[in-house]
Amino acid sequence: MPGLIAYGAHVPYHRLARADVAATLGTPAGKGTRAVAGYDEDTTSMAVEAARTALARDCLRPRVGQLFLATAAPAYLDKTNATAVHAALRLDEHVLALDMAGSVRSGLGALVTAARSAVPTLAVLSDLRTGLPGGTDEIAGGDGAAAFVFGGHRNGAPVLAELLAHDTVSDEILERWRLPGASASRVWEERFAEEIYVSLADKALSAALDQAGLKREAIDHLVVSGLHTRACAAVRRAAGTRPEAVTPDLTAAIGNAGTAQPGLLLADVLDRAAPGETIALVVLGDGAGALLLRTTDALPAHRSARPVAAQIAAGSAPMPYATYLSWRGMLDREPPRRPDPEPPYAPPAHRRTAWKYGFVASRCEKCGTRHLPPDRVCTSCRSVDAMADEPMEHVLGTVATFTVDRLALTPSPPMLVVVVDYDGGGRFRCQLTDATEADAAIGARIEMTFRRTVTAAGVHNYFWKARPVRAGGETEETHG
Amino acid sequence: MSSHGIRDRVAIVGMGCTPFGEHWTRSADDLLVDAVGDAVTSAGITIDDIDAFWFGTQASGVSGLALSRTLHLPNKPVTRVENMCATGSEALRNACYAVASGAYDVAMAVGVEKLKDSGMSGLSGTAIPGAGDDSRGEITAPANFSLLAPAYAAKYGLSDEEMKDVITRIAWKNHVNGARNPRAQFRKEVPLERIRSAPVIAGMLGVFDCSGVSDGSAAAIVVRAEDAYQYTDRPIFVKALSFVAGPADGLLDPEYDFTTFPEVVASAEEAYRQAGITDPRAELALAEVHDCFTPTELVLMEDLGFSGRGQAWKDVAGGSFDLDGSLPVNPDGGLKAFGHPIGASGLRMMFEAWLQLRGEAPPERTVSTLAEGRSLALTHNLGGGPGECVSFVSVVGSELAH
Repeated sequence: MPGLIAYGAHVPYHRLARADVAATLGTPAGKGTRAVAGYDEDTTSMAVEAARTALARDCLRPRVGQLFLATAAPAYLDKTNATAVHAALRLDEHVLALDMAGSVRSGLGALVTAARSAVPTLAVLSDLRTGLPGGTDEIAGGDGAAAFVFGGHRNGAPVLAELLAHDTVSDEILERWRLPGASASRVWEERFAEEIYVSLADKALSAALDQAGLKREAIDHLVVSGLHTRACAAVRRAAGTRPEAVTPDLTAAIGNAGTAQPGLLLADVLDRAAPGETIALVVLGDGAGALLLRTTDALPAHRSARPVAAQIAAGSAPMPYATYLSWRGMLDREPPRRPDPEPPYAPPAHRRTAWKYGFVASRCEKCGTRHLPPDRVCTSCRSVDAMADEPMEHVLGTVATFTVDRLALTPSPPMLVVVVDYDGGGRFRCQLTDATEADAAIGARIEMTFRRTVTAAGVHNYFWKARPVRAGGETEETHG
Repeated sequence: MSSHGIRDRVAIVGMGCTPFGEHWTRSADDLLVDAVGDAVTSAGITIDDIDAFWFGTQASGVSGLALSRTLHLPNKPVTRVENMCATGSEALRNACYAVASGAYDVAMAVGVEKLKDSGMSGLSGTAIPGAGDDSRGEITAPANFSLLAPAYAAKYGLSDEEMKDVITRIAWKNHVNGARNPRAQFRKEVPLERIRSAPVIAGMLGVFDCSGVSDGSAAAIVVRAEDAYQYTDRPIFVKALSFVAGPADGLLDPEYDFTTFPEVVASAEEAYRQAGITDPRAELALAEVHDCFTPTELVLMEDLGFSGRGQAWKDVAGGSFDLDGSLPVNPDGGLKAFGHPIGASGLRMMFEAWLQLRGEAPPERTVSTLAEGRSLALTHNLGGGPGECVSFVSVVGSELAH
């Protein structure tokens, strides 16, 4: 039986309090918070973070045969975004990497396609939801990513949840849409689509249950995902499952991450489901889809090292609404009087893909000295071309010294900079992110995270930064 | 393989230095014409008497043409040199070696930089051109040098407040000195509390912990030592020239602790060997050092052997490097108060040595060590930053060894 062999999620560190939006704009106060992608995150970088968590077990990476990146907010058009994820994950060059970009429904599409595939497939769902200031989409939206690998027993990795059945229903419906380049979606009067979605969801779920030979009472976890809040609530009410099976969504704490929401909700259920339980994932949007999964005995030993609930709990204190607006490009702040940042140059970036995207350093085979970035000549024994690759993305480090650069050009001043000494040798100076000035201190422990450092001249610059190791949020390594 | 110094084989017989500062009405060309003119006048020669030129600038011109075109030199050899903030010193070093080799009788070193026209805050032209892939973690110059402060404080047990006091005093001292220098960019004393409470730029560094961004030019004329008195009664003789480009491993190697510049230690040792100096703190009359940022000057006091390891902060607090201290450091105000037009700074430092050793510095900033019979001055100039830098050290003196 094919099924899920790995999963992981990325909930950004930052939070925006809905009450602060209301206080700023003078609108009625909302409750709770939403997750906010950092100024240095986009759907590509968040996809990398989620996939790194899913692929934390080293044995998984060589097994991945194809990669689909689903997002409604692609970092680039024309150019494939999944290849940046592919490069950051250091997947084999023969692994197909493709975008499923544009529609929120692509998240369901990536999951279903991965589940149906003959080769182990990594589906990464990533989204960054914006709306006009004060609008429902801004307040109810959220940012995040989730990653899933579907494969089979024969590939050596244990199945964590078997795919029992799935079904999709497609329907051309003008319910939510956005012209390319627009910053916010438009939606039709919501009562129109509500009834349609209840019907579509019932069709998909019924078909999947029939295939699996299951009754609705057999569902232990019902997950309903979609941007149409009223329809999702109606589907939960109408699903006919046991009441305790209905899984609450996470929107109060992190908002609705659109394309990534079914992934985040599924990951959250997998974080806590017991073996032998049945999960029904119902996704609304331009139709409906349903996946039925049954957890296995292997799940408890192979859950994600970064549970969704822990990432939610580890979120920052709410950020000022003005900061959120400036990060999303809706509040143009006076920059420091500094030269414009350089865009990446294509040839050197391509020559150094392993370093720039994969954070692969080198280690001298003669004397063992580690070099970040990789060198040809050893700084210690000066041997030439006697270097072995040394992937560094999971290596933790300690801050040797630091500074707070208030002059540097950054979308979120001041720039925090740390000199990191890595466990096992090697040093590198880099930015510290998801942090406050108090986190920059000699002796602080850091882990690495993949980020979009800047966008210059229309080019996104991706590279790695350090972030504080936080209780509940760190990447626990499991090699083997 | 060994290096052979050129102690007492060449002399500087003419120098010029423009005021440093915001020269909105003058170009880099204007500034270097002035510095070159003053230098040839002080040597009592004309530009045609100079056989060869070394022209130092980081970003205000490329190739020898940047100088030959400006001066309309008649087919003379002009070499443009660049070594980041040590560019001016590098021009001088090359001119000295050219004369010492016998290749030329009279050589000139010129340095110039025009920073203010960029309209940027801080040094904007100093980023090392890289792959543009952001993988070097590019940071601004003040942030780069501010990395020294927490490391030094942690190693020697200073609290943040004590560390801030020490660097504040360095800035205060250099402003006191600059206030006595008509060529300096900043000519006012600044109260300690104002320095201490200034807006923070990077790490612990406030605006007063940073060298002045300025425009300026300086020039020196070099001849064989035996010819020196044909040009001036008071030449200064080159005792040592030392330069290193480090292996740049401080940002790779966890052994480097950000409380020293090993490149400076190496170049200083070499310079002292060439000059025959065993106790620089007692033998030198003054030192002009590369105080690009206040923590740099603190660390340099130890790297140059003026203070023991972990002791410089006490010596700074005790006034050892003040104008009336046991070894005056940066009596002209340093990069801090005199300003730092990259390509000119190394030659500006030499200009202060020239004035002081010749007794031409204004009385209010003449170092008292000269009256004690000391006759040697040190200039130190570096480029880069903690962990990867180039370092230059020279020793010059007003007397020939017998």
